[in-house]
Amino acid sequence: MPVDQIVKTVVFVIFTVMTLGGGLGVVVSPRIFHSALFLVLSFAGVVGYYVLLDAGFLAAVQLLIYIGAIAILILFAIMLSRGLMAERQSQSNQQWWIAALVALLIFVVLAAVLWRVDWPVASQQALASPSNAISQEGSQLGRDLLGPYVIPFEVASVLLLVALIGAVILARETES
Amino acid sequence: MTLNQFLLLLLPEIVLTAAACVVFLLDMVWRRDEARGRWLPWFAVLGAVLTAAATVVVWPMAGTDGRPLAFAVGQGFGGDAIPMMALDGLAIFFKLFTVLVLIIVGLSAGEYIQKHTPFRGEFYALMLLAGLSIMLASAATNLVMIYLSIEFLSITSYVLTGYLRDDPRSTEGAIKYFIYGAGASAVMLYGFSLLYGATGTTDLAAIATALAGGSVTVHWLILPAMLMALAGLGFKIALVPFHQWSPDAYEGAPTPVTAFLSVGPKAAGFAVLARLLLTALPAFRADYWAGVLAGVAIVTMSLGNLVALWQSNVKRLLAYSSIAQAGYMLIGLAALAPQAESWTTGLNGLLLYLFAYLFTNLGAFAVVIAIENRTGSANISDFAGLIRRSPFLAVAMLIFLLSLIGIPPTAGFLGKLFVFGAAVQSRMILLAVVGIVNSVVSVYYYYAIMSQMFFGKAEDEEPIGAAPIMRLVVGINAVMVLAIALYAEPFIRLATDSVQMLAASF
Repeated sequence: MPVDQIVKTVVFVIFTVMTLGGGLGVVVSPRIFHSALFLVLSFAGVVGYYVLLDAGFLAAVQLLIYIGAIAILILFAIMLSRGLMAERQSQSNQQWWIAALVALLIFVVLAAVLWRVDWPVASQQALASPSNAISQEGSQLGRDLLGPYVIPFEVASVLLLVALIGAVILARETES
Repeated sequence: MTLNQFLLLLLPEIVLTAAACVVFLLDMVWRRDEARGRWLPWFAVLGAVLTAAATVVVWPMAGTDGRPLAFAVGQGFGGDAIPMMALDGLAIFFKLFTVLVLIIVGLSAGEYIQKHTPFRGEFYALMLLAGLSIMLASAATNLVMIYLSIEFLSITSYVLTGYLRDDPRSTEGAIKYFIYGAGASAVMLYGFSLLYGATGTTDLAAIATALAGGSVTVHWLILPAMLMALAGLGFKIALVPFHQWSPDAYEGAPTPVTAFLSVGPKAAGFAVLARLLLTALPAFRADYWAGVLAGVAIVTMSLGNLVALWQSNVKRLLAYSSIAQAGYMLIGLAALAPQAESWTTGLNGLLLYLFAYLFTNLGAFAVVIAIENRTGSANISDFAGLIRRSPFLAVAMLIFLLSLIGIPPTAGFLGKLFVFGAAVQSRMILLAVVGIVNSVVSVYYYYAIMSQMFFGKAEDEEPIGAAPIMRLVVGINAVMVLAIALYAEPFIRLATDSVQMLAASF
């Protein structure tokens, strides 16, 4: 095996441990603040995947939005909520083994699907071509968003408007 | 397709979005002006009417084969046009359907919203945008667009469900709806990603082509991907076993929202499900999905009806009844019959049933709203002696309940006739039998309301004076329920024409 393959595999394993370990940490840690920190770790693992797949722009977006904005916001929300910081509580109840069983079953099914299906793989040539500069990837994304994907793009903006107004309605103090 | 053509074909959606923005803005301008604020519902209804007009304008452009809405920017930019939506019979049908829902709910919400929440303008604007998402979902022909519009509908529904912030039940319903919804849509997205991974495209028609030419091993993927997509769409429709959220959300939500939720998202879910299965996975009907849908239909009908028997709150009762109704509708999709051989293809039965259900259920909820406006609650006991307190509401409610049972001459009978007929035609006799047995069981709990209305003794015999607008809405719905059954031909033709294209694919 060539050296770069070995390096890639080792790095992949590291990111996988980060992603899956982080995910596990989110659901088992007794303090919700620790859960949120594990979430950051898991997001960071996904950033690594994007870098490995030569998707520089996605990696940057994942880093800036998921870690930089969403996870930080979650941390703030926890810190500002009374009682959430100090409390230790188990995240599992008596039904945990049923959930674990179902999760295991789903894992087996999905593993079978991944194993059995001949996934169409992008041609080696496309993979071998020099990895696109981020700027080029970004500009293509921009063209696509305002070209073929213009309807979803515009709909997403209306969706965000709804989410914004909805959040204000649900959270605002009512004037009596 | 030039930009102008493209925008013209999107006219109904654009008009509806503009109407919602106008309502948002007017609400800001008139914030302190109670008298003018009362006009906001009328602006929302006007927006819906204009959307209907725009739909009629674009209708002829759909042609017989439908028009894909694909847009590529000028040559300098490159990039292919990828159709995201289609303007075809099915899309037109659901645009008109959505407009009717918006008008009826908009007209009946006025007094209730005035009483219960300070955020009135936003309510109508959010309702219009929820309608927009239904129109988008039912026209979507691409997985990206389907996911986005379903998510749009979900987020708007969560906000509307939790609209009564001072009522813990409303908040509880919204949180349950939100948590189940987040899980369901994640599962659906995973299913979509499997389809995309195996075919390399998100276009429904292209997925069918890729799967047809693909290797045999693709078969391993179809069932898991389909079940995952069904989880997300079944959640919107409230099919068993994805229904757990619905009774709490329906009971807690403001009653006009409950009315909307019981019709709008169900229609969107059925439209997307029909399009997804018949456009992307038509080859797997006999092997996979017809059987799965038949099974889901059987448990949905049976569980919905059995649990409805024990309810004492009318909103909760109608929630379980609407789960059962969705089960009957699903028969139409499970039991597709070839078009050439029979009058019912199942698909046209589904649309006809939805259309009948629209007027029936919204009418029943309008009666509930009218009574709740006066008594403050919606228990079956509040219906006691209704025939003496308001003969008009009592008789209208009787018509709606008969239609929900499926007794002629009401619209519900026609819908049931078509879906059960399709089951018989395609030799799924068990499905038809279970449907009929369930209809008989449902008589029991619908009769509980009827007997209270006609023979119950009210503590307070004071007449219920419903507002004129409520009488109008209830009256129109009752007339439509009877008209669809007595003057059925144009409605049957509309339903059959709307599914012409999809029906040709099996």
